Amino acid sequence: MSPIMQAALTIVIGVGGCVGYFYLSNQILDRVLFPARGANAGRNINRANAIRPWLFLFPAIFALALYLAYPVFETLRLSLTDRSLGGAFVGLENYARMTDDPKFWEALRNNFLWLLIVPAASTAFGLLAAQLTDRIRWGNIAKSLIFMPMAISFVGAAVIFKLVYDARPEDVAQIGILNAVYLQLCGDSPITWLTVPFWNNIFLIIVLIWIQTGFAMVILSAALRGIPEETIEAAIVDGANPFQIFFKIKVPQIAGTIVVVWTTITIVVLKVFDIVFAMTNGQWETQVLANYMYDKLFRANDWGVGSAAAMVIMILVLPILVWNVYNARREMR
Amino acid sequence: MTDLKLSAVEKAYGKVKVLSDIDLEIKTGELVVFVGPSGCGKSTLLRMIAGLERITGGTLEIDGMRVNDMPPSQRGIAMVFQSYALYPHMSVYDNMAFSLRIAGQGKEAIDKAVRAVAEKLQLGSLLDRLPKELSGGQRQRVAIGRAIVRDPKVFLFDEPLSNLDAALRVATRLEIAQLKEAMPETTMIYVTHDQVEAMTLASRIVVLAGGGIAQVGAPLDLYERPNSTFVARFIGSPAMNLLSGEVVGTGKTTKIRADQGGGIITAAIPTQKGDEGMKVEIGIRPEDFVAAEGDDFAFEGRVGITEALGEVTLLYFDSKSSTGDDPVIAKLSGIHPSKLGQVLRLGAAPEKIHLFHKGISLLYRGDKVFLPNVAPH
Repeated sequence: MSPIMQAALTIVIGVGGCVGYFYLSNQILDRVLFPARGANAGRNINRANAIRPWLFLFPAIFALALYLAYPVFETLRLSLTDRSLGGAFVGLENYARMTDDPKFWEALRNNFLWLLIVPAASTAFGLLAAQLTDRIRWGNIAKSLIFMPMAISFVGAAVIFKLVYDARPEDVAQIGILNAVYLQLCGDSPITWLTVPFWNNIFLIIVLIWIQTGFAMVILSAALRGIPEETIEAAIVDGANPFQIFFKIKVPQIAGTIVVVWTTITIVVLKVFDIVFAMTNGQWETQVLANYMYDKLFRANDWGVGSAAAMVIMILVLPILVWNVYNARREMR
Repeated sequence: MTDLKLSAVEKAYGKVKVLSDIDLEIKTGELVVFVGPSGCGKSTLLRMIAGLERITGGTLEIDGMRVNDMPPSQRGIAMVFQSYALYPHMSVYDNMAFSLRIAGQGKEAIDKAVRAVAEKLQLGSLLDRLPKELSGGQRQRVAIGRAIVRDPKVFLFDEPLSNLDAALRVATRLEIAQLKEAMPETTMIYVTHDQVEAMTLASRIVVLAGGGIAQVGAPLDLYERPNSTFVARFIGSPAMNLLSGEVVGTGKTTKIRADQGGGIITAAIPTQKGDEGMKVEIGIRPEDFVAAEGDDFAFEGRVGITEALGEVTLLYFDSKSSTGDDPVIAKLSGIHPSKLGQVLRLGAAPEKIHLFHKGISLLYRGDKVFLPNVAPH
């Protein structure tokens, strides 16, 4: 069977299965288990309505339990055992081995750098783009262009930027635009950008900013539109200039949304893996936690340290996630 | 001295003109009310004076200076918005202090000004609250306070009471009247669609309709001497009855024969020789109707519905007035339970009768009268 046919079949079975589940389970509940007729019609309707939400939630709860909740506990267990000893319990030894590994600290340090730069830069650029494209005739076209990277997978973006940062021998034409521009302006010989420690981190970070700016822009643009027009007019009458209107009237009114965008991007950053994996694979001091975890788990076949790294990532993400959900719910009110 | 002068002011969106030929002079200390049916452009005109809408034609002068292109903050105006437009993230104090801070005034001067205004509007205990913690009436007062604190020459109100409930609306209307009393030098321009607000607050009313000014005048002037059937029917509630008739006698007073019932009625409006036979519309307000004796009546009809309100009784007649679908309405003071189904002859005192020819009042013959091409209600 051709792959296209397989994909189509999967979609039909998947979507049809969902619809079928909701329809049939509802029918069984209303017709067979608690039929709305006979002496207990009223009681049966109430009982059916009490059960219905759980019926509809069941597939989601089941999938979440199987693919999210169970792995958390299994990872925790694995992080306390050693594969080479046949899965014997070793306590916190894996964590001790991990903290002795300089690569781990490098990953943690780099993650912190990402954390510092990406959410701030993406939110700032997104807010700038949202404000500048607001109420311009071609604003929607500009927004679509800025949003487009969101549609590209992280690996795809990494490949694009690998070409941007590409370096060829000195006597060959440069296909990497950064080197081409660099040689044109001031450089003598091409630089292999991704091998320059510290700065190569920044070059990787730029990729994620490029992707996440579109997300920040779309959310913040909607928030800006939601600001009551009359408060802005009142500020104009009060004598505020455009900068004052932006910073003193508009930004404070969307502060909640800015926080949500910021924390959402922070969570993405903590999980960053694909970009580093595809561009440097953590070489030249660009390691990050998720890639470190992958290295240990699937390359070194050391499930103990790999799981320990996964637990560290989860513990870092958890408080931000809780805060993010809290803020998002408050925004929706 | 803050005279406001609009000369041939015009507003167009592309090719569509929403306002044209607006000529108006507003003197210092006046409270002018713009009133008109919805969509007549009254808010647009106010926003043009504020500087929030571009003026596409004509000139706007404040104190003899052309301000068409002057930014709002330099025009010496303050505006109270329909939705109050309080800054939601600022306390009451900061809302009122904002414009002064922008203007770069000192901390102490700002504090003094804000507290003085807060005192005046009884907002003293609310200064630390956020707008969302205030009631509608309190928000309204903060919005007014925010305008007052700038010490503007001209106050602009854009339907400030329409978001309040009925009881609060009356109270706030009185507060605004008192505010005006306390600031006799300040010019106020007030937009509303509520004619009670217009009648009670205004020193002059500007009736806007169909993109132009239908009539300007003191409230009772407009009530007693409307220049067109539009203004006649717009001011007063229920609206003035219009009955078709024909001039049969001219002179210092005019005699008209009503088409319905054939009664002869006298109006205290002079007409010239040669006006005999002119088709006119007889305008009589529902509250001016009195029971007629003999043949001296303007209208004869059967009472179809009565509405007893206690202080007055409204009689809706089966016959239609000359505007088409509207029934003839009479408003009698007191309670009249027995009128239902009766055939009545009604007239009015000669000085209470209005005469219109082709929509224009005979009192304003020869004047330039703008006839809006829209229904008053």
